[in-house]
Amino acid sequence: MSTVLYLAHTECDGTLHKSALEALTAAKALAEGMGAELAAGVIGSEVSAAADSIAGCGAKFYGVSGPDFSDARYASDLAAAEAIAKACDAEIVVASATSRFSRALPGLAIRLGGRVDTHLSGLEVLDGKPVAKRWFYRQRMEGTLIREERPWVLTLDSGCADGFVGAGSADVESLAVDVSGVRTRVTGMECPSEDEQTIRPDAELLFVTGAGWTKKQADGSVHVDVAEEVILNFLNTTKCSLGSSKSLVDISGEGGSIISFLTHMHQVGQTGSSPRHAKGLSSCCHGEEPHVVGWRFINERRAINTDAGCGWAQGKCDVLYVGDAFEIMKKVNEFLG
Amino acid sequence: MSTDFHIVVCGSIVPDPLQTLKPVDGPAGPALQNEMMLPAVLDPWAGHALYEAANLAKNYPGSRVWLVSLGPKAKLQQVMMSVSQKAPFELVVADGSASGFTDSFETAKILADTIDGIADLDKSKLLLFGGWQSASRGSGAVMQMVGEMLGVTEQFQGVDRITIGSDGSIEVMERIEGGSYQKSIVDAAPAVLGWATGELPEPPNNPQIGMQNMQKNMPALQRAQPADLSGSSLSFESVEVPQQRRETRVVKDVPVEEMAKEIVEWLKA
Repeated sequence: MSTVLYLAHTECDGTLHKSALEALTAAKALAEGMGAELAAGVIGSEVSAAADSIAGCGAKFYGVSGPDFSDARYASDLAAAEAIAKACDAEIVVASATSRFSRALPGLAIRLGGRVDTHLSGLEVLDGKPVAKRWFYRQRMEGTLIREERPWVLTLDSGCADGFVGAGSADVESLAVDVSGVRTRVTGMECPSEDEQTIRPDAELLFVTGAGWTKKQADGSVHVDVAEEVILNFLNTTKCSLGSSKSLVDISGEGGSIISFLTHMHQVGQTGSSPRHAKGLSSCCHGEEPHVVGWRFINERRAINTDAGCGWAQGKCDVLYVGDAFEIMKKVNEFLG
Repeated sequence: MSTDFHIVVCGSIVPDPLQTLKPVDGPAGPALQNEMMLPAVLDPWAGHALYEAANLAKNYPGSRVWLVSLGPKAKLQQVMMSVSQKAPFELVVADGSASGFTDSFETAKILADTIDGIADLDKSKLLLFGGWQSASRGSGAVMQMVGEMLGVTEQFQGVDRITIGSDGSIEVMERIEGGSYQKSIVDAAPAVLGWATGELPEPPNNPQIGMQNMQKNMPALQRAQPADLSGSSLSFESVEVPQQRRETRVVKDVPVEEMAKEIVEWLKA
């Protein structure tokens, strides 16, 4: 009987991330649909609590643990994943597309002599075989794909399935992995404080700021200081996540006035992210980037724009408010208290 | 420790982001409608990697930069006319499809074989650069596989900054979730670095650099070997552009208060 291996890594607190629980749901359904065994591998500093939290999935558990596996490093994560995959002779490997696994698991396909497909948006079984879905050309088109090569390593983006629920007591087979030859050491994290944090992947709302915030306003002057105050007030009140159009981020490289807390990491669209949020509100955006590519996974979309005929907003959002974003957002902040 | 690097940047071309893309069935699987006619640009993240490579080479004398590109050479030639004016590099070309629908493994294999064939490359000094994803396939998997195939197992993805230590060590800042960075130190080359946007703006055009580049790179384009990407069983049951046209309600010529009130009610719903 073939084996579907579910791989997970622990978070700093020893738990499994929501996206890892979603990937388990997908892996379990895949194993059932294929008539395959389900195996689960957990990597981290300490893995028993994480394994217990999903013991109800009915998998045979493998673990690679210890201080060498607490931090996300390509070489040690890959060595651990390789040991687990070989221990259970995995035909299919399913994991969530976290930054940690997105870094390491493509290499697993080479180590196993298999293939990899990443950032899946869907995974199902047809006629006993896995069928994957993923986006191409920056979320512009979705492909449904199959392949014969095995092992097949698959990573799933967040939101593809419900999170698995089913704790219990897991009997974890511990595997020893030698990583003494790894030349990289993780020295720390650089995280924004809670007050400074403006990228919030779990927030309900994405607020996208466009280049209009840094352009001359009706009085002929630029008011970046006012823009910063209005945007920050809104972020602090709503605890939403902040995104930016490419043009606004690029202004920093062109010597224009910039909003101080915006970086390339805020960018949504072609060379940015396509985050998943229940609602999206764009302001001063006039292009395809935020309205099509960056908003692919935003359910309810509204926009504030001075141009009623903006082709990128019309047809892409549910409601288009035609007006001055400075004035409207100031008033929104007032109402929000 | 040596700080003269042999930097190989993997990067190809993608359709200009402003183009409307439509999938069609081609003889070898899905393709883009009028793909060869679409204006192309250097993949944006690969571009960032190239500019970071050029900057690093400038600051560490003795370093060299190669741009290894898998793509149709006629299109590559067009794009290189402009890219060549941005930074000095030696072009190495594999003549094949740059389609996003090509298997990432096949792409990685061609790139690894092509890099293996660079005569002057010292792999002990190798920094393998590329974008952490492409704007075509967007798998974020090719660089890792190229690294594995070349035996380079110190790898980083989502890189925005590297700092070279006096001992030749490399401090790397990688993007992780939630707008945070992970900082790591690798003791020396070789290493794989998949770049996010980096910290450098796009360099202005420099016609002199362009002339110097194209003198070397035009022959490289002519020497390009055909790339065989046919070894995959990957097949597509469908590729579709989602029909997501929404019925947009336009709210205009109403007081700011009314708009704001409606937005707040929506936010609180």
